[in-house]
Amino acid sequence: MKLPVTVTINGQTYKHEVEPRLLLVHYIREMVGLTGTHVGCDTSQCGACTILMNGQAVKACNVFAVQADGANITTIEGLAKNGDLHPIQQGFWEKHGLQCGFCTPGMIMASYQLLERFPHPSEDQIRHQLEGNLCRCTGYHNIVKAIQWAAEHPAQK
Amino acid sequence: MATTTERLFGKAIKRREDPRFITGRGQYVDDVKLPGMTYAAFVRSPHAHARLRRIDATGAKATPGVIAVYSGQDVQVGGLPCGWMLPEIKVPVRPAFASGKVRYVGEPVAVVIGESAYAARDGAEAVNVDYEPLPAVTDAKRAREKGAAQLFDEIPNNQSFYWTIGDKAATENAFKGAATVVQQPLLNQRLIPNAMEPRACVASFSPGTGDLTLWVTSQNPHVHRLLMAAFVLGIPETKMRVIAPDVGGGFGSKIFVYNEEVIACWVSKTLARPVKWTADRRESFMNDAHGRDHVTEAALAFDGNGIVTGLRVSTHANLGAYLSTFAPLIPSFLYGPLLSGVYKLPSIFCEVWGMLTNTAPVDAYRGAGRPEATFLLERLMDRAARQLGQDPAEVRRRNLIPKFTGGTPYQTPVAFAYDSGDYEPALNRALEMSGYAAVRKEQEVARRNHRYIGVGVTTYIEACGPAPSAVAGSLGAGAGLWESGAVRVHPTGAVTVFTGSHSHGQGHETTFAQLAADELGIPMEQVEIVHGDTALIPFGMGSYGSRSACVGGSAIVRSVEKVKEKGRKIAAHLLEASEKDLDYADGKWTVKGAPDKAKTWGEVALMAYLAHNIPQGMEPGLEATTFYDPSNFTFPFGAHVAVVDVDVDTGAVKLLKYVAVDDVGKVINPMIVDGMVHGGIAQGVGQALWEHGVYGPDGQLLTGTMMDYAMPKADQLPNYETDRTVTPSPVNPIGVKGAGETGTIASTPTVVNAVLDALSPFGVTHIDMPLTAEKIWKAVAAARK
Repeated sequence: MKLPVTVTINGQTYKHEVEPRLLLVHYIREMVGLTGTHVGCDTSQCGACTILMNGQAVKACNVFAVQADGANITTIEGLAKNGDLHPIQQGFWEKHGLQCGFCTPGMIMASYQLLERFPHPSEDQIRHQLEGNLCRCTGYHNIVKAIQWAAEHPAQK
Repeated sequence: MATTTERLFGKAIKRREDPRFITGRGQYVDDVKLPGMTYAAFVRSPHAHARLRRIDATGAKATPGVIAVYSGQDVQVGGLPCGWMLPEIKVPVRPAFASGKVRYVGEPVAVVIGESAYAARDGAEAVNVDYEPLPAVTDAKRAREKGAAQLFDEIPNNQSFYWTIGDKAATENAFKGAATVVQQPLLNQRLIPNAMEPRACVASFSPGTGDLTLWVTSQNPHVHRLLMAAFVLGIPETKMRVIAPDVGGGFGSKIFVYNEEVIACWVSKTLARPVKWTADRRESFMNDAHGRDHVTEAALAFDGNGIVTGLRVSTHANLGAYLSTFAPLIPSFLYGPLLSGVYKLPSIFCEVWGMLTNTAPVDAYRGAGRPEATFLLERLMDRAARQLGQDPAEVRRRNLIPKFTGGTPYQTPVAFAYDSGDYEPALNRALEMSGYAAVRKEQEVARRNHRYIGVGVTTYIEACGPAPSAVAGSLGAGAGLWESGAVRVHPTGAVTVFTGSHSHGQGHETTFAQLAADELGIPMEQVEIVHGDTALIPFGMGSYGSRSACVGGSAIVRSVEKVKEKGRKIAAHLLEASEKDLDYADGKWTVKGAPDKAKTWGEVALMAYLAHNIPQGMEPGLEATTFYDPSNFTFPFGAHVAVVDVDVDTGAVKLLKYVAVDDVGKVINPMIVDGMVHGGIAQGVGQALWEHGVYGPDGQLLTGTMMDYAMPKADQLPNYETDRTVTPSPVNPIGVKGAGETGTIASTPTVVNAVLDALSPFGVTHIDMPLTAEKIWKAVAAARK
């Protein structure tokens, strides 16, 4: 049995027939072909698959594709506008907030929501809000600096 | 040497690889999608030790979307090789699929190939395997005991090797004459690497040409190709191409040849279709090579003046069920020779039992042997300080090897000859940055108010870029330890650098471009770095042991020198000047005393390819290849200080401050070095406080997911304060030492010692790692009774 889904991802609308058990992250990677969203664990600890679904940061490995029917989704590929990096992306580059780059898309998408909640976050707030995203390379030091940089250089609305 | 107005060597240049990663356009193995691709799912043993009686694939074959099912009877390939031999070592056969018996939980038993990953998974769940469970042994020491479960009939007492280093008699004498002996049984617990990208591979066999292409999460694609082609698949290397594209961290775990990629290659050839396998995290926990797992008895002897005179070490190293690619090397030559640390230690004796158990194979994990040695030595130094009633920093200072930077190495009693060292300034700087004296005063005051602050100090040595090849060979290496670097100058003067090193987070595309552009005096934009593809790069030993800069970088610099040398001849010819009358700076040759007579790098490169006017007898073209084999390891060192606050009512540890002063020789890009130090510290803190790969007595992996295995998180760690002293290495042409593992090596004992320092008012002298809240609370509760 397959079910129809219609989702808007980075401003473009996609229609597919999918198995009800298909995870949203696999839908995005395999059917839509956007491979920037990564899978790092099976148990929703690592946050590498974090995307924005209707404005909320969610772990796409914890959502079925059919649950995203009608949703408006932003993935890492949709964050830069007209070739201009989003301030969070720029912050990660400026402050060396990544090494292997695998956790980075999820980190950036989680940071997006973080800065919506706390436009001027304290270091403690940043560290607490990143609790659901794991990085094995940076020891988090420069990820914190990257988000602080982004907070100091907000996007032009 | 180029004297550009602004040197690129030493500059914190933003990474050139980042734009693709921050926009989601990296290309990792799991992102590879080929026409006609099939997907593999593995059936794995749920038992730690069992006879494999029957595999029934009927249900799997009837599952929709399943193409084929294969097990050990079908797959005709050689066993997975072990690449390092020790004297009288016993190496068990490690088949790609379990054969006859399974020996650890997660060992592959069969593979199901499906039209989709989901179909393959459905099929794997429908495979019925009949096992006859056997008793298991998971502890290295118990594996040697009488009556312990036996993994292999041909390996009595599960002992793969017994290895020693040092002078036993001299060490015994030191202990006989000692004024103070400090001893401590130590557990260096098993760790599970957990690079954020799970291992993956895509194998694609072309029936038309007979060529096999393997995309694989590898730290060393050429080593992968060599071992797989020569030992496992039995095909010429010329018919195999290994590509390690963007790789999401390795930390050692992606050095080795594993079952899954071998089987994927065989299946691709059999089905004549591409095969993809991507580990889920549970599979990574079960089948990626683990790290550490030592049980050790150790003792230090001191004379009456607090001078250390001897070290005695006896270690049982858990190797897991089979010998992974470099498993025997880690608890032997990367462990024993590090035991002198930064100390003048006249006698050392170390013996190691390498034991097979019903657990996942153990191999190199960030630091690999060196953290085990450093933890041991630094725990003992701290216990000594307490036993001698002295300040831990002063006990260390008194025993430091004096400065040696004149080119004469320092010979330890355990084989290593350190390249250069000046240890005290790093210690002084770390103490200064941490406000050591003030923190000690604060500690006094706090204790009176029942608040328990602790300070840990570590001075450490690290050994990077294992070398030279001839010595490694005599010690059992199945590989050379050089690196290749090829430099191809294009007619425009743009340069492509082909390196055998592999970057999986280290930023080689930036640092190597800095190196090459700096030597040539041309903009970085004109230099491209190529790595990770056996079809493009002459050969390569890959990245591990913090060798990329000191070995791989040196190979590149040598090749740049060679193309410059040829370029100088062409320039001299064009300028009608003598070579020795030319200066090279800012990308051009000028005639001494006549600065308007000049030829630019681009003009010379073009002429090398036009060949209209080059010296007689010279070949056209401009490129060079170097296989650089260093004469020795390099030996970074440093001092770390941690300050912790321990809540003795809950056992919770808060890291208040972490100071790292490292000496990694000359630094190509300080931003990148700092980043590696940060990450290393976090991994070492993880071992000190949280991480532990635990097997139950029946051999079940109890920490098989990220819910059970405690990965360090952002809200558990502080900002790190880093600084450096700079003692160039005389070993290589660029004076670098290596920076990838120092943080991990130093931070584990630093934090453990800090916590135990906090608990000293309770008389707690030791707690085995990880120092979880529960263990700390129990130790304090027991002490209060």
